[in-house]
Parts: sequence; structure tokens; C-alpha cells
Amino acid sequence: MARAATTADAFNAVAEPRRREILDALAGGERPVNELVRVLGLAQPQVSKHLRVLREVGAVNVRNEGRRRLYRVNGQALKPIHDWVTSYERMWSERFDELDVVLDELKRKEQGDGNDD
Amino acid sequence: MTTSGTATVTLPTDEQILITREFDAPKHLVYEAFTTPELVKRWWNARRGVVTVAEIDLRVGGAWRHVMVSDGFEVGFHGEYREIVPNELIVSTEVYEGLPDGVSEEEGATLNTATFTETDGRTTLKILVRAANKVSRDAIIDSGMEAGMQDAMDLLEEVALSLR
Repeated sequence: MARAATTADAFNAVAEPRRREILDALAGGERPVNELVRVLGLAQPQVSKHLRVLREVGAVNVRNEGRRRLYRVNGQALKPIHDWVTSYERMWSERFDELDVVLDELKRKEQGDGNDD
Repeated sequence: MTTSGTATVTLPTDEQILITREFDAPKHLVYEAFTTPELVKRWWNARRGVVTVAEIDLRVGGAWRHVMVSDGFEVGFHGEYREIVPNELIVSTEVYEGLPDGVSEEEGATLNTATFTETDGRTTLKILVRAANKVSRDAIIDSGMEAGMQDAMDLLEEVALSLR
């Protein structure tokens, strides 16, 4: 509990695990609230609260269709996060690719003790 | 060429970043590659430059410092070891040496927990980065950008892919 109320930017809004679940659920397309409630197994007020936060940072958009309110992901707002995670992930992947080479060497050295080449 | 796995990055909470990767090697070797300066120099550059400094005083309270030079830019990080369980766990602080003006080292530091878990000769490495607050988290993001991470980024259509 006592979740920080700092949801002014997309990073903070999206870092909350439940909200990421909601975004995942919306990745396939528009959905009404009641469907999100069912898919996520959360109470409606909870889902609505998360959707409000996501809307405030522009991570989701909403439109009315008859009596239903349909939510969808707004890719533009999420791009900064997407870019950052992608680039950070890439940096670590490249580090670890290099580390793989080092580990191969250490393994060979250990297996071939006394048989150095 | 070695087949490479992909590092997975998630944001478990507002202040945390979790990096996960599996290695085809036992954990004592992964630990060795993490804690031996000459070996750190070979992988910490992430193919983006040259590691000019890799200092490791591997004991609780001991300091570490890594510096990389990439495209003429010097990117340095340092910190202190807080907890060490050989081949299992390293808890250390980390401070980016280019913190924005007005951000103290205390504010900007992260607490990083690296755990090494072995199954059938393969090691899962998890690095949990805990920032004190949003300022610190943003500093990490900035440091990444300065390290030249913003190169040719794919504009993935599926935004949700990034939200794993």
C-alpha cells in the first residue's frame, strides 16, 4: 500500500505492475472496462483507478460507443519508455554477449587445467 | 560466434529496474567474471568503447569504480560493496559520475543486488537496481543516453513488447 502518488509522467504510470498488465491486455486492441475487469480478475473500481492514471499521462485513450467506454493504448505516449527499456536492454545484452566470450574462455581453462594452449 | 541470449529488463516498481540473463556457465565463473578487474575490462564496455578503469576492492565497505571511454566521452560509475556472498550475491551501491547539478551522490545512488543462481551448469543472473526516487531513476536514464545507447532505435509497432 501507500503507493507513491507520483504518476505525472508515463514512466511512473507504467512502472506499476497492474497498470502494465492493463496495457498488455490492451495491446491486442480496444477493450471496454468490464472486459478488463474480467481478464485481470480485479475489482472494477481498481481497474478504473488505474485507467484514470494511465489516461492522465496519455498512455491510454478512451472513446464512447453507445453506453460503453472503450480504452486503447496510445503508442505515442509510451514511446519514451519503450525507447528507454529497449536501449537499456540492448546495452546489457551487448555487455552480456561479451561476457559470454569471457565465460567460454574460463570454462575451457578450467576443463583443460594443466593443458594450456 | 557465441550464441547470445537476450537480457530482459523490467520495471517491477516505480523505483526498481530488474535485469535478467542466463549464461551457459556455472555460477562461480560468472561471479569471477564480475569481480575480476581484467575480466570486467573485457565485457563491461558493451562494445561501445574501452574500459579504462576497473577497480574492485571486493570486501564489505570496499570501493569499486569502472570507467569507459566511448566516442571521446568518459562515462564513470563507482560505489561501495555492502554485502558479499562469494558466488551467490553481491550488494553494492552505484553512483553515476555525471549526475546533474544539484543531485547529491546520496540521492543519485542506486542499491544494486546481483544474484547468481545455478541450474544444471547454467547460471541465471539477476541484477535488481533500486533507486531512491524518480530523480535517481532519471539519472540512470540520462547516463544510459550519454553512453551512446540512443543509437538507431527500432520503432516497434507493438508498444506492448516493451512492457514485459
